[in-house]
Amino acid sequence: MKDGLVALVWHRRQNKEGAALQWLNRQRKDRLSARLMGLLSLLVVLLVPLIALALFLRARPILAAKPLGELLLSTAWHPLRGEFGFFPFIMGTLWVTGMAMVIAVPPSLLVAIYLAEYAPERFRAVAQPLIDLLAGIPSVVYGVWGMLTVVPFVEHTVAPLLNRWLGVLGLFHAGNPTGYGVLAGGLVLAVMILPIIIAVGEEVIQAVPQGLREASLALGATRWQTTRNVVLRQAWPGVMAAVVLGLSRAFGETMAVLMVVGNVPQVPRSIFDAAYPLTALIANNYGEMMSVPLYDAALLGGALILLLIVLAFNTASRLVIVRLVRRP
Amino acid sequence: MRKRKAKLAEGVFKVLMTVSTAAVLGSLALILATVIWRGLPALDLAMLTQVPKGGYYLGREGGILNAIVGSLYLAGGATALALVLGLPIAMYLQFYAARSRFAQWVRLALDVLWGVPSIVYGAFGFIIMLWLGMRASLLGGIIALALLELPILVRGMDEALAMVPAALKEASYALGATRLQTATQVAVRQAAPGLLTAVLLAFGRGIGDAASVLFTAGYTDRLPDSLLGPVASLPLAVFFQLGTPFPAVQERAYASALVLTSMVLGLSLISRRLAGRLTKHVVR
Repeated sequence: MKDGLVALVWHRRQNKEGAALQWLNRQRKDRLSARLMGLLSLLVVLLVPLIALALFLRARPILAAKPLGELLLSTAWHPLRGEFGFFPFIMGTLWVTGMAMVIAVPPSLLVAIYLAEYAPERFRAVAQPLIDLLAGIPSVVYGVWGMLTVVPFVEHTVAPLLNRWLGVLGLFHAGNPTGYGVLAGGLVLAVMILPIIIAVGEEVIQAVPQGLREASLALGATRWQTTRNVVLRQAWPGVMAAVVLGLSRAFGETMAVLMVVGNVPQVPRSIFDAAYPLTALIANNYGEMMSVPLYDAALLGGALILLLIVLAFNTASRLVIVRLVRRP
Repeated sequence: MRKRKAKLAEGVFKVLMTVSTAAVLGSLALILATVIWRGLPALDLAMLTQVPKGGYYLGREGGILNAIVGSLYLAGGATALALVLGLPIAMYLQFYAARSRFAQWVRLALDVLWGVPSIVYGAFGFIIMLWLGMRASLLGGIIALALLELPILVRGMDEALAMVPAALKEASYALGATRLQTATQVAVRQAAPGLLTAVLLAFGRGIGDAASVLFTAGYTDRLPDSLLGPVASLPLAVFFQLGTPFPAVQERAYASALVLTSMVLGLSLISRRLAGRLTKHVVR
């Protein structure tokens, strides 16, 4: 405001009353818009707690009616009898997500390293848009692909093969005659989270200062030695963060998983067993949840569990990434 | 001896990296090939130009025009809403709060929101609708999708505005322009290609999302005619048609998936093209 007065006096002395008023007017608009824009930005910060609060309020009836231990650890899921045990669904989510991570992490990190350290500029210019394209494919389309390609592949190729050689181990026992199950869900999810792990991983690896690489190469280290002992050691927290971002994406993915995972409420024992992740539970039952007592509270409580886990993962990894990659 | 070992490791990892890259790009090709291969035979003009007639879900006449139009309405409305809310935020981050602690918090919040599963947005939108006393409707879907698109849009526009050269901003300030004038009259033109890319990216994300509209937008066989009535969407059309036991209808689900995929990929190609073209006002 003080600037405004100075300018007003200055313009007056110059006998330019109109210009002075115009100037003040512009300043006022500027300050007003600053307030409005700041308010909108504040709303964004508040949106995260707001979503959590809304879900919590809707889930409170079930938290009041049942002990938390029973909700999380019971396997009895009979909404009509008022029994809400989330254990099979939590295990379903963990199995499918774990499967996806086992499949996705090694290749996506190798690709991230390749693009950041080895690939010629021209190859990168072609590959990056293609990987972005992979990230842009809608999840329903991933689901269709999963049903048409991945499920038959698991059913006719992977399951008989692994069952014959490793079937004695419970983990690879194919007791489920269809291909719909943990492995199919994990494969589809793995492809879906590849792009995010690759993109973030590449970014944090590239953020390692060039001087470190040159010093290592100058000491006679090979390129791979430099990558492994210098670059990756430096970028390690960021690489972990990239993996965790992929993990939380896998956790929350709904439609594609729902279409290929079998949706049987049981605790899976083998990678071929059907599973029923939390997200699929919510999506499949939203229609009838308002007509059964406590059902809506239970499902929205499921969404709350999902949100809290994803928030914790995301916040931690974003903080790591922000520290490693300073944006302009 | 050690040197040979080092060389061997180098070779092994190079092979592994090449194989992984080929596998990632190969899976993209496989997905596209599957969708085209299975979708194209079932696709005909009637599917694109008609709404479902009686008995459509038993394999009789009709098409998915309701879902195509519904998806365009949903994603268009959501993108417009997100743009109205998001552009001021992106400008605030760049021109008012530049490197303040508050801006860092907003950016962190946006990055975290980006990772929130779309079904959670759907559930949140559903709670808002219960609270307002609304039924599943176009408006409800638009609200849920706008929340989903907001972080993508703002972060994209934030990066685009950050690319505006400092000299250009300083020139504007030196001429006596306020921050608002600099942002809305100088920076927006300079950053137009980047802003457009962000908008199209968000639109593509909105059009392909199913889990958030499942709760909020409902489904109908008619064309959308009111903000407060239910509306069909392409991802759900794919999903519901796949859920029927009739092979002929499932074939149509594949065709619908092809339509959806080509819309999303087409958008992404168009945005790349346009981003290069929309440079009339860009100072180099």
